[in-house]
Amino acid sequence: MRRWHQLSEVAIEALIRLCGFSATIFVLGIFVFVCREAWPLWHNDAFHLSEFLFSIQWYPTSAVSKHYGVLAMIAGTFSVTLLAMTMAVPLGLGAAIYLGEFCPSRPREILKVLVEMLAAIPSVVWGFAGLTITSRLIVRYTSADVGVNLLNGALLLALMSLPIIVSLAEDALRAVPDEYREAALALGATRWQLTWRVLLPAARHGLVAAVLLGFGRAIGETMAVLMATGHAIHLPTSVFDPVRTLTANIAAELGEAPAKSTHYQVLFLTGVLLFLVTFAVNLTAGLIIRRERRP
Amino acid sequence: MSRFAATPQTRTKLRQESAAAGLFLAMLLCLLLPLFAMIADLLWQAAPALNWQFLISSPTHGMRQGGVWPALVGTLYLVTLSLAVAAPMGVLAAVYLTEYARDTWYNRAINMAVLNLAGVPSIVHALFGLGAFVYAAQFGFSILSASLTLAIMTMPVIIASSRQALLSVPHSFREACWNLGASRWQTIRAIVLPNAVGGILTGIILQVSRAAGETAPIMFTGAVFYKAIAPGTLLPYSLDEQCMALSMHLYTLSTQTPGVDPSIPNATAVVLLALVFLVNAAAIVLRTLIRARGRR
Repeated sequence: MRRWHQLSEVAIEALIRLCGFSATIFVLGIFVFVCREAWPLWHNDAFHLSEFLFSIQWYPTSAVSKHYGVLAMIAGTFSVTLLAMTMAVPLGLGAAIYLGEFCPSRPREILKVLVEMLAAIPSVVWGFAGLTITSRLIVRYTSADVGVNLLNGALLLALMSLPIIVSLAEDALRAVPDEYREAALALGATRWQLTWRVLLPAARHGLVAAVLLGFGRAIGETMAVLMATGHAIHLPTSVFDPVRTLTANIAAELGEAPAKSTHYQVLFLTGVLLFLVTFAVNLTAGLIIRRERRP
Repeated sequence: MSRFAATPQTRTKLRQESAAAGLFLAMLLCLLLPLFAMIADLLWQAAPALNWQFLISSPTHGMRQGGVWPALVGTLYLVTLSLAVAAPMGVLAAVYLTEYARDTWYNRAINMAVLNLAGVPSIVHALFGLGAFVYAAQFGFSILSASLTLAIMTMPVIIASSRQALLSVPHSFREACWNLGASRWQTIRAIVLPNAVGGILTGIILQVSRAAGETAPIMFTGAVFYKAIAPGTLLPYSLDEQCMALSMHLYTLSTQTPGVDPSIPNATAVVLLALVFLVNAAAIVLRTLIRARGRR
């Protein structure tokens, strides 16, 4: 009987350890499997990595001359994401400061629940709202001819990444010790001065991490940009240009690309590129958070 | 002027304070108003199509009429199956990270991996699911492949909140149990898990809401545009079949189906949102109950 207990305990602890390592296994697995599907490109003479990264010509299904350049999509991804961040970062930090420092505690709980609701909205619903609501508004109030464009995508991405930025930034502000606040107020600082001169500098690492994680989320967002940014493959010149992002390109074309064809493999290589970019962003944010926790 | 009147300096200070509060409140409202505007617009547009019949009937006339029943059932399938995989793994992973892991390089690597797994773009998860489950494991385009992809994608949610819950169990509880001669696993089973069960359940509920709304990971692994099922049946799909899903259905209706009456995609969006919000509300109620119990 006793033996049996010891054995089952050993078994369950082994299972726990295995599950503990599973996240690492999955991240590696994702990288390995996505790379594996893209691997045959290495031996393919019709494909050049420099063309992939630095050409704006994307003609994967052309009969005469196929070109696989994703520069236009890279530009699309970064223009949409950066525009979204210029809207989301100030708003997100402001909202976090209000929730953390100015708001009385009872309304705060309700407001935080609302922010959580905003975070819970599925991206396909955002995309749908982009198609039907914001694109109409953009056509009505600006000079744009079509509503599904860079600005529309950026608006949606800003709204989607805001909840992450707000909740992480609020955590970062809450991690600032109360002594700092008391000291500043005792010296006669206003709350504005307290926020600007004390809290923001003290919480800066956490705030940067919050912004980075929001940025990573915006780069990887698929459905909303697929539905709401239009599908023109070119370098954008104004905020009213339709663009296509890397994620939307994969989602739009993977269904049509025959399995194991060069087109299919290039789409997987785009996935590798996206994985590496978001991995770098998230890793940086993670390292910043870690350093914050251990002074 | 009374003796207690504020000096000009104090008044400037007060004005500055309220200006700052107003500015930050305005920023928060910029974030919340679109939420209400969007929900109001969706409901308004969806009103003509929303009724009980819409929920329980199949799409007809090339999806231009009828309801969402097959998609709703498909979503329930995907969510349940992904939950069955992700919940035990996620909880046990959280147990490892809080109860067993010491601060070594590989455990730091695991923490980084959890953070990164949460940040991998959903379309890359889709590529992984296609390469690993559909082709390499030869599950084919099926409910099984789609739910496994969803499970891996949503596991970090469960890990994060279970971990919070486990960390909030006071260390003295564990020490008391160890002093009685209980082993590590006995302590976890008898003391730690029962005390953290509320927080763990909250995480699992949040996983459900994430999984219900995801589109990209299932689009290429197991969800289809249309699949006829017998009306009123509760278990129409088998695991090696493809299925419809609400999120995918909304995408198809709004981008691939010309000439559809706007009330139908709007009503689909409302059903999806209602599902997600109901699930989230359950999590919030549960969390409030736990906090109330903690205060007593």
